[in-house]
Amino acid sequence: MSIDTPLFDGKLIRLGPIDHEKDPEIVSRWTHDAGFMRMMYTDPLRPLSAWQVKKKLEELEKSIEENKNIFHFRIHIKSDDRLVGFAELLWISWTNLSGHIRLGIGAPEDLRKGYGRETLGLLLRYAFDELNLYRLSAVIPEYNLPAQSLFKSFGFVEEVRRRQALERDSRRWDLLDFGLLAGEWKEERK
Amino acid sequence: MKDILRGELVRLTAEEPEMLARLESQWSADSEYSRLLDWDPARRFSAKSSQKWIEKHYEKEDNHVFAIRTLDGERVIGEIGLDIIYWTHRDCFVGIGLGEREFWGKGYGTDAMRIILRYAFTELNLERVSLDVFEYNQRGVRSYEKAGFVMEGRKRGLIQREGRRWDVLYMGILREDWLKLERENEKEKP
Repeated sequence: MSIDTPLFDGKLIRLGPIDHEKDPEIVSRWTHDAGFMRMMYTDPLRPLSAWQVKKKLEELEKSIEENKNIFHFRIHIKSDDRLVGFAELLWISWTNLSGHIRLGIGAPEDLRKGYGRETLGLLLRYAFDELNLYRLSAVIPEYNLPAQSLFKSFGFVEEVRRRQALERDSRRWDLLDFGLLAGEWKEERK
Repeated sequence: MKDILRGELVRLTAEEPEMLARLESQWSADSEYSRLLDWDPARRFSAKSSQKWIEKHYEKEDNHVFAIRTLDGERVIGEIGLDIIYWTHRDCFVGIGLGEREFWGKGYGTDAMRIILRYAFTELNLERVSLDVFEYNQRGVRSYEKAGFVMEGRKRGLIQREGRRWDVLYMGILREDWLKLERENEKEKP
């Protein structure tokens, strides 16, 4: 890796900015998919119209400009430029050099194609080699096994298990915190 | 029914924003206190800025932040609150601060924590209460253990102070564990 190694380009996907015209309609479809929403968020599921998504994306952009502690990307397929998901570094504490990471692939037909894996690789390089963060945390529900195995494969370790912090489908689930230190990530890549 | 906001050493109250703001501004002179409370840089808050913040909280319907008043002497010595409540999952985070340091290590904080746990489990009917505490705050950890919290993990090196990294510890208590503790305490009473 060097200064001229692209930060936003993988083999399959590319990280881009929000497209306020085109994105809302696609994201609206994702919010109607209960499976995606419940894997991704612990807030109660709520489908959103394209108009609602547009408002939310405008709020997000405003918050990015004001708070300077969020880095948000849209995931596009390189071959046809199709939007397939989003990835972000958020809640960054600049004095402590700590942040959170999360990503989502929206449509079920785009899962298990390696898009998430490639995105996570790019995002880690961005977090550690561009933002110079010391560590990252990822919050993942006990029932989201695919996300756990993806993050573990990049060296994340389970650090906190908040017992029975979630209730879904009439049972309680743990909420897990995974962590990765910059040093561990760099060691891995040697 | 008994007064659930009253303990053995303290009671939880609502105070006038102006008086509380004056105290908070004084407390912010104690940098150790600030560094136990928050991972953001310690700074001096004016009474005016504290008051704005307090009023904003007090205006919210869903506010569960209290002042801590001693039973003996009626002194306001700190604050405690459930600042984040995840209603659908019935989980929350509790935060506590004793600005008057002469009351540290004497059971006042533990008593306030016991009161708010009772409030969380018997009035708000939550299923669990969570907290985080910095590795260098061992007095805090001991107090939380006394109140019934158990360790659920640690985020490695989450904060940086005095030139080194420190872990942040996560603790939690479940409703069923709290009920068990309550029954044991009842039995022990003469």
